[in-house]
Formats: sequence, C-alpha cells, structure tokens
Amino acid sequence: MIKTLAAQIKEFKRASVLTPVFMILEVVFEMLIPLMMASIIDDGVEAGNMRHIYYVGAFMVGAALCGLLCGIMGGKFGARASTGFARNLRQAMFENIQTFSFSNLDKFSTAGLVTRLTTDVSNIQMAYQMLLRICFRAPISMICAMSMAYMINARLATVYLVALVLLACILFLIIRRAMKYFQMAFPKYDELNASVQENVSAIRVVKAYVREDYETSKLRKASQAIYDIFIKAEKNVVLNMPVMQFTVYTCILLISWMGAKMIVQSELTTGELMSLMTYCMNILMSLMMVAMIFVMMSMSIASARRISEVLNEKSDLTNPVNPIHEVPSGDIEFRDVNFSYYNDENNAVLHDINLKIRAGETVGILGGTGSSKTSLVNLISRLYDVTTGAVYVGGHDVREYDMDSLRNQVSVVLQKNVLFSGTILENLRWGNADATEEECRRVCRLACADEFVEKMPKGYHTYIEQGGTNVSGGQKQRLCIARALLKKPKVLILDDSTSAVDTATDAKIRRAFAEEIPDTTKLIIAQRVSSIEHADHIIVMEEGRIDGYGTHEELLLSNEIYREVYESQTGGSGDFDEKEGDA
Amino acid sequence: MPGPMRGRMPGQKRIENPGRIFKRLMKYVMKSYGPHLVIVAVLILVSVLANVQGTMFIQSLIDDYIQPLLTADVADYHPLAIAILRVAGFYAIGVAAAYLYNRIMINVTQGVLRNLRNDLFSHMETLPIKYFDTHSHGDIMSVYTNDTDTIRQLVSQSMPQVFNSAITIVSVFISMVILSVPLTVVTLVMVAVMLVVTAKTAGISGRYFLQQQRDIGKVNGFIEEMMEGQKVVKVFCHEEENIEKFRELNDNLYHSADRANYLVNIVGPVNMQLGNVSYVVCAIVGGALALSGISGLSLGSLASFLTFNKSFNGPINQVSQQLNSIVMAMAGAERIFKMMDEEPETDNGYVTLVHVREENGRLVESAERTGRWAWRHEHQADHSVDYVELKGDVVFDGVDFGYNDEKIVLHDVELFATPGQKIAFVGSTGAGKTTITNLINRFYDIQDGKIRYDGINVNKIRKADLRRSLGIVLQDTHLFTGTVMDNIRYGKLDATDEEVIAAAKLANADGFIRHLSEGYDTVLTGDGANLSQGQRQLLAIARAAIADPPVLILDEATSSIDTRTERIVQDGMDKLMKGRTTFVIAHRLSTVRNSDCIMVLEQGRIIERGTHDQLIEEQGKYYQLYTGNAIAT
Repeated sequence: MIKTLAAQIKEFKRASVLTPVFMILEVVFEMLIPLMMASIIDDGVEAGNMRHIYYVGAFMVGAALCGLLCGIMGGKFGARASTGFARNLRQAMFENIQTFSFSNLDKFSTAGLVTRLTTDVSNIQMAYQMLLRICFRAPISMICAMSMAYMINARLATVYLVALVLLACILFLIIRRAMKYFQMAFPKYDELNASVQENVSAIRVVKAYVREDYETSKLRKASQAIYDIFIKAEKNVVLNMPVMQFTVYTCILLISWMGAKMIVQSELTTGELMSLMTYCMNILMSLMMVAMIFVMMSMSIASARRISEVLNEKSDLTNPVNPIHEVPSGDIEFRDVNFSYYNDENNAVLHDINLKIRAGETVGILGGTGSSKTSLVNLISRLYDVTTGAVYVGGHDVREYDMDSLRNQVSVVLQKNVLFSGTILENLRWGNADATEEECRRVCRLACADEFVEKMPKGYHTYIEQGGTNVSGGQKQRLCIARALLKKPKVLILDDSTSAVDTATDAKIRRAFAEEIPDTTKLIIAQRVSSIEHADHIIVMEEGRIDGYGTHEELLLSNEIYREVYESQTGGSGDFDEKEGDA
Repeated sequence: MPGPMRGRMPGQKRIENPGRIFKRLMKYVMKSYGPHLVIVAVLILVSVLANVQGTMFIQSLIDDYIQPLLTADVADYHPLAIAILRVAGFYAIGVAAAYLYNRIMINVTQGVLRNLRNDLFSHMETLPIKYFDTHSHGDIMSVYTNDTDTIRQLVSQSMPQVFNSAITIVSVFISMVILSVPLTVVTLVMVAVMLVVTAKTAGISGRYFLQQQRDIGKVNGFIEEMMEGQKVVKVFCHEEENIEKFRELNDNLYHSADRANYLVNIVGPVNMQLGNVSYVVCAIVGGALALSGISGLSLGSLASFLTFNKSFNGPINQVSQQLNSIVMAMAGAERIFKMMDEEPETDNGYVTLVHVREENGRLVESAERTGRWAWRHEHQADHSVDYVELKGDVVFDGVDFGYNDEKIVLHDVELFATPGQKIAFVGSTGAGKTTITNLINRFYDIQDGKIRYDGINVNKIRKADLRRSLGIVLQDTHLFTGTVMDNIRYGKLDATDEEVIAAAKLANADGFIRHLSEGYDTVLTGDGANLSQGQRQLLAIARAAIADPPVLILDEATSSIDTRTERIVQDGMDKLMKGRTTFVIAHRLSTVRNSDCIMVLEQGRIIERGTHDQLIEEQGKYYQLYTGNAIAT
C-alpha cells in the first residue's frame, strides 16, 4: 500500500528529501540558541564582558536568521512536495479509472470514486506534509536537545531521559486506548450524517406520514450515542495534557534542586542551568508532537488504503495482441453465450444465448425488469466479456477487435445516459471530434432533436449544465441518440433510450432510422410494444433466456409473454406523456 | 495551521454583524453549560497562575537561593527544599486544575454539539417543503457537518485557548513590567513586528487560498461529472481527452495549493525566529543594563525575564492562529442560526382526527381504535363540538396556486371526488398533476380558492391529522435505513409482523422480499440502493397500504414496474383502493383507464374531464394522447 502510494512521488522526490533536510537544519540552529544564551549569561553578564555579549548576540541573531531561512525553505519545499504528491495521486487515479472496464466501475460506486479523488487525496496531502515537516523535525529536535543537555551535564540530562521514556510509555497507552474509541466513533458519526441526509431527501415521506416526532426521537438517540462515545474517547485524550505538565514540572523541580547543589559545588553554572530548563521544554514538547503525528497518520491510513485500491485495480478487459481495427459489417452472432457479472456460472444472468442478426436488420428486445436485456446488448460492444461462449460482430469474435475501434463502430445509447457540461455542439462531438456543424445538424434531424435545439435562443451553442439539468428527459435522450449517430456506427444499440420521448416522436425517429441509415444494424430495447412492433425481428427476454424470437405477428400467436404485454398496452400507445425521471 | 482543503474559506462572504452572532452563540452555549464555563474559567485561572508562579520561582531560585548558597560558609539547603516543596504544591494544584478544566470542556463541547444537532434537526423537521425546494441538500447537509464542525473547533479549542492565552499574556505582562520596564518595551516592540508580519502574510495567503478554493471547486466538479458519466466516457472512447482536461485543472490546483500552503507554512518559522531575535535583543539590552547596574536589574531577574519573554510570544502566536478558526466558526454559526431562524410550517388547524363509535345514531368519541374516524370540529364561536365522519370527500373550488406569487402554475382548478371514487390525472410533464396532489395534504398552501375535505376547509384541519388521513405513494420512492419490516411499518408504527406481511402481500411485494438474503429482516441502506426501482416502489405501496388511510394518492406509483408485474400489483392495488377515494397520476393507460373520472391537465388547467369512454368520444387531447397521435412539442 505504502509502496503504491510512494511510487507517485515522482518528480517531487527532491522536494520530499529537501524538506526534512531544511527542517533538521532549522532545528540545529534553534538548538544552538540556548547554548549561546548560556554563554551570554556566564561569560558575558557574569564576567562583565559586554563585548562578549555583542559577539555572541550577533552569532545568535545570525543563527536565528539561518534558522528562518531554513524554516522558509522547509515550508516551501514541504508545500511543493505535498501538493505535488497530491496532484500526482489524483492524476494517477484519474488515469487508471479511465482504463476501468464496466465491471471495474461496478465494483466502485460513483460516490466512492469521487471521495477517493477528493477527500482522501487531501487527507493524504495533509498527512504527507506533516510527515515531511514535523515527523523528522520533532525527533531530531528531541535528539539534539537531549545531546545538548548531555553535553552540559550528563547527570541532570539523565533526569530528562528517564522522564522522556516514562512519558512516551504513558502517552502510547493513552493514545492506543483513545484510538480504539475514535475508531468506533467515526462510523457512528458517518451514520448520523447519513440519517440526516436521508431525512432531507425523504422529507416528503416523513411529512406525509407525520413522522416528524418519530424521526426527531430517532436522531436524538443517535446523537446521544455519539455524545457518549466521543466522551469516552476524549476522556483518554484529555489525560495527555496533565501528564505532560506533571512531567515537565517534576523535571523543573528536580533540576532546580539538583542544579542548585551542583552550582554550589561548582559543577554547573547558572547559565547552564537556564539552558537546561529550555531544553526540558524542547524535549518534552517534541515528544507531544510525535504522539500527535502518530494519531494523525493512523487516521489517514484508511484514506491511503482506499487510494491504493483504485491505483492497484487492473482493468479486466485487455486489447488483443494483434487487434483488428475495422468492423467489416453489422452482422451479429451470439454462440452459446453464458454471462455472469461475477464470472461465476452458477450466478449467470444470461443462459445459452444463440442468436443471429443480419447487417441492416432492426431488432426489438422486450422483457420485464431484470430479464437481462441490458446485459445482452452490453456484450456486443464488449463492455463486459462473456463467461462462456462467444459474441461475433462482422464475423469476428469481439475479443479480436481493438476496443476503441469496436466501440466506435458499435454505438450504444446507454439507459442511464448523461450529457456533459458544455455546448450542445461540444456534446455531440463526443461522437466524432471532427464533425462539422452540418453533420451535427443532420444527426439531430435523424434523432428529432433539431426541432427543440433550433428553438433555443443560442441553438447549437446552447450551454448544457452539469448533468444536463436544463433540458428535459426526452430532449436529453434525443441528444444522446444524435451523439451516438455521429459515430456513423455499423451497429446502433438503443437501451430504453426513447422512454421519455412521446410516441409520435418515437415513431418519427424510427422512420428516420429506416430511411437514412438502412445498412446499420439497429437493436432497440423498449418497454413500449409500439416502439418495436415494426422491427424485423423481436426478441422476448425472460429471466436471462430468449423466450421468443420472431416478428410481431408470429410472437402474438406463439409467445404468451409478448401477447400479455401487448394486450396490456393495446389501444395505441402505452404511455400518455413524457415520463421524466427527475420531474 | 489551517488545513489545505477545509471546505469553505472565511472571507468569501462577509459575515453580517459578527458581534451579534458571537453573543447569540455564547448565549446558546451558556444556556446549557453556563455553570460549567464559570468553573472552567476559574480553573484556567488557577492553572495559569500556578504556571506563572513556577516561572517566578526560577527567578528566586538564582537570586534568593543559589546566590546566598554560593556566598554562605556552610551550605544550608533547608530554605531551598521548603521552597521547592511549596512550588511543587502549587504545581500539583495547577496540574489538577488543568485536568479538570479539560475534562469539563469535553462535556461542554460534545454537549453543545449534541444540542445543536438535536435542535437543528427537530427544527428542520418542522420546516415547510418549500424550504427543501429552495435549498440544495448539499447546503443543508453542510450545516450539520462543516458548520457544526467549526463550532466544535471554537468551543473545544479556541475558547479555552484564547482565554488561557489572555490570562497568560496579562499575568506575564504584569510580571515583566515588575521585573523591568525597559525590557518590557523592547519585547512589546518585537511583538508588534510579529503581528504586522503575520497579518501581512495572512493577507497574501488568503488570496491564494481563495484561488485554491476555486481550483478545488473546478477539479471536484469535473471529477463528479466524469465519475457520474464514466460509462458514457467508455462508450465514446473519450478517455484520452478526459485525461488531458483533468491534467490541466489538476495542474492549476497544484500551483495555487503550492503557493497557499507555502505562505501558511512560513508564518510559523517567521514568528518563531522573530521570537528568538526578540530573545536576543532582550538579552543584549538586559545584559547591558545588568552590567551597568542602572536599572537595578539582577542576573536572576534577567533570567526570569527571558523566560517570560518566551512565554509571552507563545500565547500571542496561539491567539493569532486561533483567529482563523474563530472567523470560520462565526461564518458557521451564522448559517446554523439562519436555519434555526427559518419559519416553521404554519399550522392554525384546530380540527382533529379522533376515533369514534356510533351510539344511538350519534358519533361518540372513543379512546380505543374502532376502525371509524371522525373530524372533531370545535367551533370557535361557541365552543360547541361537532363530529363529522371521515369519508374522503375532496372538493377543489376555484383553486389557484403558484410556488411563488409571481408565477401561478394552477389556474382555477375545480374538482369533486366523492368517497370511493378513483380520480386520475393525465397530461404532459409540468402540467401540474403532482402539484394538485401536494395541495390536498397541504405540502403547499394555495393562493386562492378553497379545498374542502369532508366539507371542512383543509386550512382548519390540523396538518398532522390531515396527513394521517391521506396515504401517499410518491413519484420518487424514498426508503429509510433499517430492515424491510421497519420500512413497511413506517406507515403504522404499532403494526404487528403479521400486519406488515399482509400489507406486503397486498402490494405483491412479499414474493421478492422472501427472496432477499434475510427476508423481512434484510437491512436496507442508502435509500434501498440494493433494490431495483420497481422493488422499491412495491415497498412504498406496502407502506401506504399498512397505514390504511381513507384517501390514497398514487403519484406514478407503478412507473418503474414493468407492465406484466404491474398487472399483478394492480389486483392488490384494486383491493387497496376499494372503498377509498383514490387520486392516481400515471402515464400508463392501463393504470387510469378504469377511473371514475379522468382529468386532463395542460399548463395548469383542467382542459378535459370525464370517463375513458366519454373522453375518447370527445376526440380531444386525451384521444390524441391515447392514440399516440400527439403532436410532438
């Protein structure tokens, strides 16, 4: 995990090394100051030597300036290394996600990927900066102060060493206990927020059922639970402070007592005693810092793990060694295909599919929710690989094609489709970056999108907001179809892509397809019988199997499911109005 | 040190009247934890004084104890031992005080957070639907997360820290003045320099932080959009373009983050080294003074002063670091109070829903469930009480409605639904179908006209009772975290397991529930993310069924259920609708065809009404929709 992340430091290795170097140098200069301080008091003030005071004072100011320089450089490189590291992590994750296949994507939720790219990366950035700047500084500062103390007086310094070890042990115990409770507390905290979120989005249900008081008492219970567990955790943390103070005070008093005796016996000077007091604070504060970093780091481990999960995820679809780049025709064949999302035959969603579709045919696919219509068509453009059997397009197994070429020539309009922020033209050109405006207009005409686009004040230059919120569901679907047409595909797959388009327009689009792109194989998944009844063939899917295959008339006679669906929708269209998911 | 990416930055928008907000916040904290805070203040004072006392001791250590020992013939350590014991005693009190105040502050902090969450939530539950329409869910959530978090920072860290620092600064300042006035002046000058430098750097870094915030916004926006559309990206082989675009945004963020962090990083070292310079300057000036003997500064006093010098710079540094989080907390508190100040849903209803039984042809109020309900109407004029049996008679009389006063979306709606009727609404998106149903249960209040329920103006009915009498299955299904059983029981909290299962069977949900891993005890999370849209709708229908309301509103309740399954559900629905007034919104013909009355809406007006056969005969809009000859718009 650490290795995966560390590999992304790349060009920021130099800054990552320089940061601790400067931080250590800063400590060294800082450590010299109390030493010079002692010299000022002992050799300057006591000896009545004003020149010595100026002399050492000048050195001290020099040391302070050098320390400042090092501090600034440390800050500079620290910022560079950590923000650069964060940039590389984001970039590497983003690039790896771009190689993900559909099944890789199914494994991570959209929200999960977003969290990894945003919150988790900034956690790591903070932890990394902390690591570089303080993690080296604090122990070095401790060691330096300790050696200085030993140089001044070994016996007194031993008091510090004992105190240091004792304090370290106690802190460790406290933190370990506290961490245990914090680890219990954070999921609870997330739960609380999730339940508030749930209430915000389901407020109509809450109000419709008059459950305001019920929900409030539920939340009160949850927030009391959080109160209790955080108190338990913080109760431990809060011990740090008094334990620390106690140790510092004990050291000061011990040093005062022993130091006084030693001064009397001329084994120590007053200046040296003062320096020792300063080092005392230095040593023990550094220890506190180390403890704090330890806590921070262990909290960012979860983020590190989530990031490395993405970085280590390998796409499970690979291009063949000598790929075919040209799809010769729109013929499609399924041979003994079984498919499972988990690559497990016992868990298959498609069973024994055998199917032949000739180029230029229009094929309708009908079936209930969960009958695997989408799974079937997703195999054609190799969005998933079959578990057993094979899918052929244009006479070749889809696994023999270059994936980009295959997907450019087998165009899918997904069920859950999105437009991106940008103008309508920019969105259309996702299908073909070099398309002229004229070509864009043509495909919009085919998809019956021209009528509303041209009514917009800015026409094809209208800006689509993120998520396509400024066009209706039906308009969005028509634009998505136009975008897919711009690829001039050999095979066009519409996965329930006209559900929000009214029946008349739906019919117009189908007519345009038949007239304008007769050579393209068209697969249409639909809920409405009217969308597919005129197709050359209709496939009826039921629980992952082909239940019926034939023309509308044939199926009406032979297929019970088809007849049932047809009868429930007869009398024209099944739908009255534009259905809109987010209306 | 402010984190590099801690959400909103202060200064993006000016806080109006921070003093008033601060006062209100303090009042809020004091309300529950006033005595605690008084004790904490005393304890902080004790702890600081103990610390100062220790520093003073170091002065006396050299002057009063070591110097005499050096000159004495026989070293007598007795006075020193007593002094050390005395100081140890003070220290012990100091440590105890420090522990106690920290311990009390935990309760204060966590308690304030708990109270804030509870108060926010219970207030939020009373807010009208309009509030949720006009505020993004992300913004509401961030009040609970980011904004309360800033309060946590303030209460747990800034408040004690600032108080502690203030006492330290004052006491150290007094001690310094006592020790040496000239050196105090020197120290103050250096402090002034430090403050100026900090303020300058903070000003510059603030600008970069704003830039960084903007860049983060762009990067996060791009990430969200692309992750959402990742499958489309794949289908269009758009990966390379995406990577390039991302690299550009990511690099911009890197540059602004680098600079912002750099400036924040150097504030610490700059202040520390200025502190060191201050230390040196004091040593030189003090040394000179001590040697010349002008001001009567002793060696011990100089040593003490230098310790004070260091402990003076420390708290000033800390206070300036807390400033940032105080400003953030004020911005957070402003948003929290804004939400708490939102007007709750108005409810002047006084007609309530009660159980009744019939005695001698008259309705009599009953304490236990009788299966019959009545509106208890206490007349305001003479306090006489009427009981009107709940039947489900709904009348709209010239209703106008708009989400705001400028834009009326429903015009002069007339509607009569007699008990047991099935009324259907059809029409294109945005015609106002859902809006009408939202008026019956008073999610929104009408601008003009009257809605009567069993002859009573709905404005007179207490909202809770009104809504209890209406069962609604909404267009967007929402489920709650909990078991399937809990979710269905949401409709009737005291329902037995058998009642729940019966409701599930009625909605035809029993079959799929039994196939779930834990059956009825399967825990649903994330709004039932592990269920299909159709399954979620079936649960929502079961939830409405168990509530057993006299009036049902089904808003596209079966839109995601395929037509075959719907036919099976339909049987259950028909059973459910029997004897109830039902309002149905649907785009499927099969769902509305057998309605007693079908209303065709267009642009907020009812343009046609009648039974299926009547409307077909009319050959109007309904006929067009029905036969699929609608003109595309």
